[in-house]
Amino acid sequence: MPKTISEKILADHAGRPEVFPEELVEVRVDFAFGNDITAPLAIEAFRRAGAKKVFDRERISLIPDHFIPNKDIASAIQARMLAEFAKEFDLPYYFEVGRMGVEHALLPEQGLVLPGDVVVGADSHTCTYGALGAFATGVGSTDLAAAMITGRIWFKAPPSIKFIYKGKLRPWVGGKDLILYTIGRIGVEGARYRAMEFAGETIDSLPMADRLSMCNMAIEAGAKVGIITPDSITEAYVSARAKRPYKFYNSDPEAVYEAVYEWDMSDIEPMVALPHSPQNVKQVTEIAETPIDQVVIGSCTNGRLEDLRLAASVMKGRKVARGVRCIVIPATQRVYLEAMEEGLLETFIEAEAVVSTPTCGPCLGGHMGILAPGESAVATTNRNFVGRMGHVESKVYLSNPAVAAASAILGHIAHPREVLN
Amino acid sequence: MKIRGKTWKFGNDIDTDAIIPARYLNTTDPGELAAHCMEDADPQFASRVGRGDIIAAGKNFGCGSSREHAPIAIKAAGISCVVAHSFARIFYRNAFNMGLPILECPEGAERILTGDELEIDLDSGVIENRTRNETYLAQAIAPFMQKLLRAGGLMEYVREQMAEQMAAWKTEDR
Repeated sequence: MPKTISEKILADHAGRPEVFPEELVEVRVDFAFGNDITAPLAIEAFRRAGAKKVFDRERISLIPDHFIPNKDIASAIQARMLAEFAKEFDLPYYFEVGRMGVEHALLPEQGLVLPGDVVVGADSHTCTYGALGAFATGVGSTDLAAAMITGRIWFKAPPSIKFIYKGKLRPWVGGKDLILYTIGRIGVEGARYRAMEFAGETIDSLPMADRLSMCNMAIEAGAKVGIITPDSITEAYVSARAKRPYKFYNSDPEAVYEAVYEWDMSDIEPMVALPHSPQNVKQVTEIAETPIDQVVIGSCTNGRLEDLRLAASVMKGRKVARGVRCIVIPATQRVYLEAMEEGLLETFIEAEAVVSTPTCGPCLGGHMGILAPGESAVATTNRNFVGRMGHVESKVYLSNPAVAAASAILGHIAHPREVLN
Repeated sequence: MKIRGKTWKFGNDIDTDAIIPARYLNTTDPGELAAHCMEDADPQFASRVGRGDIIAAGKNFGCGSSREHAPIAIKAAGISCVVAHSFARIFYRNAFNMGLPILECPEGAERILTGDELEIDLDSGVIENRTRNETYLAQAIAPFMQKLLRAGGLMEYVREQMAEQMAAWKTEDR
């Protein structure tokens, strides 16, 4: 029977010829990880279960990234739990400050999550790795603990929804805009419990960084996974960095989808999600002139080198508007170094932005850029819920890095061409 | 198992930042988390909620982050059950893993209001609204999820399974 890429990966990992949507399956896990917020609960559950070892020390990663470098004593104690656990079980992929990055930027960059994998992470944006053709999904800490012990997890196989994008994208429109557009169309529960499969000619030519941004936000539509069939772009990205063998899966042409959407993307402008939901999406031109107090460029959604290049291309030779704080956060140490070598950091600093060490920090209102009551921010992050970046009376607008950079320069939400013209 | 309690009603898309804001995630202590439960949706909630009370909500309850602190905070605040039109998937898993009973019931989610006295039969999914003299039927809990609840949560289930299956898994060709 024809199958989707998600169904094929699950079937192989369950040791079955095929699986059907809604079926409960127990599958083998290729990689499991947690961060400084979620891993402490997983470690507590691991110990309560009386486990004496992990299923495979090379398939588990602990990444302190949310409240690090430690923002306070309580966070320091949580981060230390990860370090101690990693030492006790001799985990090679524990990433200390100085080696770390925002987890969903770091793990693909390091070649630790790969096409065809089943990946579970105790973080909702684990769905990012669908960009590589992996079945990757966020789970809670207890699920992570169970996976760390057994190397297995149970899933309800999700029905798939196919999104076919057509047309050539306009300048300054990328993966972030495609996914914001999509969430705007189907809503924050439009793909609840589903696999979102992104396809079509627009995706075929979409660079890996944009694909990662897209799949990253599948969870904002409620999806279990966002996934793209691997191709030559995938091969070029993973072949140089893969730490283990990988396998390309694809969807059969006759595979069954719960729904198929087909959209022409050639006319869309950069998109912005307005407070307080990722589904409140408008074209940037519809809300231009909205004043802002802060800009954050970074995160697991848009903290990659390509994102920083886009932002720098808008900011080069210009200054951040008076009254605006612009915070740039390279997502990993490697991104940081490469951005330095390319002169991007110089561009940001000369523009009077600040450049931070990698951290999730402001995205979740942790630290490094918290908003006061009444303040507004444009952020390249993924969520704009009430209070997400600080006070409950603050606001977050989600955008791509070029729009964020243009907004920083002009002091209000702006299309990049407003700056460059 | 039967649950009886007074209801607190919330709307659609109650996200995990509303259930327990990230600024409090530098602890795993259930009591501390409970003190800030639902803070950004209703600042009075944590101080007014009573043991055994019930949350009713609209669509997509628990959307957003994977933080297990969300069901932990709700459970530690004394909430005995969450009835919603629908749940976000990671929250749904986490609730069962934590042993927090949750029921999907669109009709109930629509009709129930703050203050209503409910009696819920978790086995049958029948929700009786004593205040309005109405009865709603929630979607049945999947057999596998019932197995988890019977075991007392995921880790207890894993512990049962570990002894019999670990040996077989270890020898499996990876």
